[in-house]
Amino acid sequence: MAQLTYREAVAAAMAQEMRRDPNVVFLGEDIAAAGGVFKTSVGLLEEFGADRVRDTPISEQAILGATMGAAMTGLRPIAEIMFSDFFAVCWDIVANEMAKTRYMTDGQVTLPLVIRSGNGGGSRFGAQHSQAVENWAMAVPGLKVVAPALPGDVKGLLAAAIRDPDPVLFFEQKSLYATKGEVPDGEYVIELGKANVLRSGTDVTIVALALMVPRALKAAEQLEAEHGISATVVDLRSLVPLDTQTILAEVAKTGRMVTVEENPRLCGWGAEVSSIVAEELFWDLDGPIVRVTTPHIPLAAADSMEDAMLPNADRIVQAVRQLVD
Amino acid sequence: MSIVAKFQIECFSCIDADGHAVAELPEFALDRDVLIELYRWMVLTRAFDERAITLQRTGRLGTYASSLGQEAVGVGLAHAMLAEDVLLPSFREHGAQLVRGVTAGEILQFWGGDERGSDFSGPRSDFPVSIPVASQAAHAVGAALAFKLSKAQRVAVAVLGDGATSKGDFYESLNIAGAWNLPVVFVVANNQWAISVPRADQTAAATLAQKAVAAGITGLQVDGNDVVVVRKAVSDALEQARNGSRPCLIEALTYRLSDHTTVDDASRYRDDEEVSAHWQAEPIARLRKHLIAVHGWTKEEESDLVELCAAEVDESADAYLAESPQPPETIFDYTYASLPQSLVKQRGELLALLKDADNGTEHEQ
Repeated sequence: MAQLTYREAVAAAMAQEMRRDPNVVFLGEDIAAAGGVFKTSVGLLEEFGADRVRDTPISEQAILGATMGAAMTGLRPIAEIMFSDFFAVCWDIVANEMAKTRYMTDGQVTLPLVIRSGNGGGSRFGAQHSQAVENWAMAVPGLKVVAPALPGDVKGLLAAAIRDPDPVLFFEQKSLYATKGEVPDGEYVIELGKANVLRSGTDVTIVALALMVPRALKAAEQLEAEHGISATVVDLRSLVPLDTQTILAEVAKTGRMVTVEENPRLCGWGAEVSSIVAEELFWDLDGPIVRVTTPHIPLAAADSMEDAMLPNADRIVQAVRQLVD
Repeated sequence: MSIVAKFQIECFSCIDADGHAVAELPEFALDRDVLIELYRWMVLTRAFDERAITLQRTGRLGTYASSLGQEAVGVGLAHAMLAEDVLLPSFREHGAQLVRGVTAGEILQFWGGDERGSDFSGPRSDFPVSIPVASQAAHAVGAALAFKLSKAQRVAVAVLGDGATSKGDFYESLNIAGAWNLPVVFVVANNQWAISVPRADQTAAATLAQKAVAAGITGLQVDGNDVVVVRKAVSDALEQARNGSRPCLIEALTYRLSDHTTVDDASRYRDDEEVSAHWQAEPIARLRKHLIAVHGWTKEEESDLVELCAAEVDESADAYLAESPQPPETIFDYTYASLPQSLVKQRGELLALLKDADNGTEHEQ
């Protein structure tokens, strides 16, 4: 077990899979010689060469279109979209094509590809480089949507995404890139679609994703220490497939649920989780379902304004206290 | 001042609208049997189009895009390809698909909304029809990258319309194909109309072929109603791509004699005189004239061939109509490689609803 940063875990997962399978190739902007603008692919060019680690022109549509064509022709490509905001310029390929092609060929065509992308706020990149867009992706049938919070999960889930036969959008939270955590040595793969219960409590279940996971954990500690409230924290890790079994089991135990979402409020993933819990567990609930989210606004570049918008531990504590007290 | 780059676009033709050779014909075009084969594919394509439109007009096929008038593009390019090459068609390449070995029944299934039609029994590596405009250009780049990395002597052939050349993904794809020197050929079937927008309103560029110049790849024009020159140009481009030299863009000048699709009425935006004038240059009549003048093509041969094509189309249409629709739950089965847990429940609920609806119908009867 090694202590790696989140960004090192990204590179470790790609290297692991590129060693294992010569059909795995990696393409994107500034990913080769530069090692990625977020330094998530340092060392890959040196180990695997320019054929398999390819810098592209600034052409998001062609990057993803080529990724799709390559996946349909025997390769297992990983594409990087530098900032997930840029999905807006190539969403046709993702939503209309990658997501539909398996069905539209009667199951003939598989698309074993991964699109990695720096996602989310907290890094002062402003309104066009800070969005959490995982809820765009989960709205499209045919995609898988993964968003890890911990370096170990980054390695295991990215490896699984690369091996998966379906297109996977892999959202890396930019503000987590520098965080460190334990990452297993050697080949490491985690099954997609399994939530992780990071902390077990008795009063409330906090369901979180990506950057919201460490904030939820911090809130849970504060709740315990300062308010005597015992919280479960569930890291969803994946939105599609969604681990409804774990969500329902953990909410049933505490009778209360708070979702913590970085995406803007309207139609955020927590709305879907809330609706599932309301349908399935209504009579087991001891209080209303509460969503803590970024408001339905663009994020600011100014630190004070961005911090004011993103859910933080204090806001989670406040929401839980209102629910439990 | 110094001139730092110069370019010109050449336009090639072999057989003119009267069936006369206007250039030295390539060797294959001196062979009567090869010409008859090309002719047969074009006649079959037109017979197929006619039948498809009849099926659509009688409510037995979905919206359909006819290839009337541009049969030479699809047939010529596909005939030039090797079996191991990969075709990435737009939605008007029925002729190319037929030549590649996609069955007429499969094409009808596709246009009838049955996705089994894109599970080709023949060319397994060919891509499904791209309904989105120009995106197949980018897919072709990816397929060509796969060929290049595996050192396979294969070429990806993307077919696009004139409207597609205005799109960003088209430019991006040409650019990457050039930057990475990939084995890919882009064929632009310039049929002069992108739904209701004429070629003159599409771009100020004098030719669409010159869009290759900016990407550093080969660009040329051919008479797209001349199946011989289409076949030759594509064949040359394939050889060039296969040997690792440059990717190529071929603009094939043709004309859409039909409406855009069966839900379009072109008479709202273009004159009958224009269409009539283009009928004089259409591809099938000119090759027939050439066959008659140079190869002694007889009336009997002509009627036999027309009859055979009609019979082939009849057979395919009958088979298509006899096919049972797919059960709705197959959408669940083919959306992901294996059904995610969250969809298991939705699939079950839908099936239960459908079963209830069926039972309800029976009660009413």
